[in-house]
Amino acid sequence: MGDLAWIFVSSMVVNNFTLMLFLGLCPFLGVSGRIDTALRMGVANTFVLIVTAVAVWFLNAFVLPSAPYLRLIAFIIVIASLVQIVEMVIKKLSPALFRALGIYLPLITTNCAILALAIFQTNREYGLLEGVVFAIGSGAGLTLALVLMASIREGIELADVPAVLKGTALVLMIAGSLSLAFMGFAGLLSS
Amino acid sequence: MSGEMSHADVHCGAHGASAGVGPRRAVPPGEDLVKGFWRENPVLVQLLGLCPTLAVTNSVANSAVMGIATFFVLVGSSLLVSASRRFIPNEVRIASYILIIATFVSVAEMALQALVPGIHKALGAFVALIVVNCIILGRQEAFAGKNPVGRSVLDAVGMGIGFMIMMLIMGSVREVLGSGTFLGVSLFGPAYEPWVIMVLPPGGFFTLAFVLLAVAWLKRRKALRARAAERHDVAVVERAA
Repeated sequence: MGDLAWIFVSSMVVNNFTLMLFLGLCPFLGVSGRIDTALRMGVANTFVLIVTAVAVWFLNAFVLPSAPYLRLIAFIIVIASLVQIVEMVIKKLSPALFRALGIYLPLITTNCAILALAIFQTNREYGLLEGVVFAIGSGAGLTLALVLMASIREGIELADVPAVLKGTALVLMIAGSLSLAFMGFAGLLSS
Repeated sequence: MSGEMSHADVHCGAHGASAGVGPRRAVPPGEDLVKGFWRENPVLVQLLGLCPTLAVTNSVANSAVMGIATFFVLVGSSLLVSASRRFIPNEVRIASYILIIATFVSVAEMALQALVPGIHKALGAFVALIVVNCIILGRQEAFAGKNPVGRSVLDAVGMGIGFMIMMLIMGSVREVLGSGTFLGVSLFGPAYEPWVIMVLPPGGFFTLAFVLLAVAWLKRRKALRARAAERHDVAVVERAA
């Protein structure tokens, strides 16, 4: 139990996917303009991460031992088809949620956080339960980073910043400061 | 501001980059190559492939190896996608592109593991993550999927070099400031106190922010000068009249 809690905390804050490992920066820079879209994007990502963790566990346990060189190709195909299936299921079961997630759902396929989760999970030899906890933790971390960023950007929307600084440069500077703050969690690891 | 951001986001969905080179307009071959260096630089201008640009640029050696690996994958997949563009049905093109890219990445990963095992270990998952690098999928969707082989390869070489230039700028700045070395050679002697934060994650964000800032400032200065020159010309003409 302690191990699982540890995996969760570590993946959520200490090794936060976005701020410490630079994974999933596209949505982080692209859809962090408003808090509600950021939250939705985070939840959609978390959901896909969990489904991926289960699928990757299955692949690692039953398929890949006989063909290790196909690892990368197998992962990316499974992720792409999973996102497609998840999209269809959500569309069927809950059209409202589907509309709310909109374009973000298909875009998740090209989010490097998902493939990174698959690779980390394989390299660290996580079992099914550990993998799912890892996915939930990483998803929570992504959501946290997105929402923090969106809150700051909503806050400074009307601020008077120099014209050259507007746009990506400013967002990256905020990201740097957030990342600096998250480095404080690194101490958790050694204690 | 948000408009610009969502623009970048759309690129990551591989809906075609803004490379405004229509297939019908006659473009000199040099143009396909050179545009990726600076004017349509994938990182600086199109804001693609930011994950590796930030994650593995903590030393010049890592940046160079990552740049070369990405270059190889980009050129290889552009060649193959362009050569087989008539056989790939439109509905499954993205899946086919990803398969082709993943194959080249597997090759690159195995090659790096055999040739430079130390750096391969330092790059970690990011070699495999070249598969989801938006630059590569973006070029297939925007260019290689609808242009002849020669032009597609030129385009890929240009974009690949543009990416490498950015990787080397980031890697040099971060290694020189963060460790006081360049390619492992000490620059400032033992008295230099390394600015450690530059090789840590926040340094990546700050370095890229300042590079983008410098580019925006240069562009703005150029635009202001052009406007001033224009005003000057008008004044000269009026005085002459």
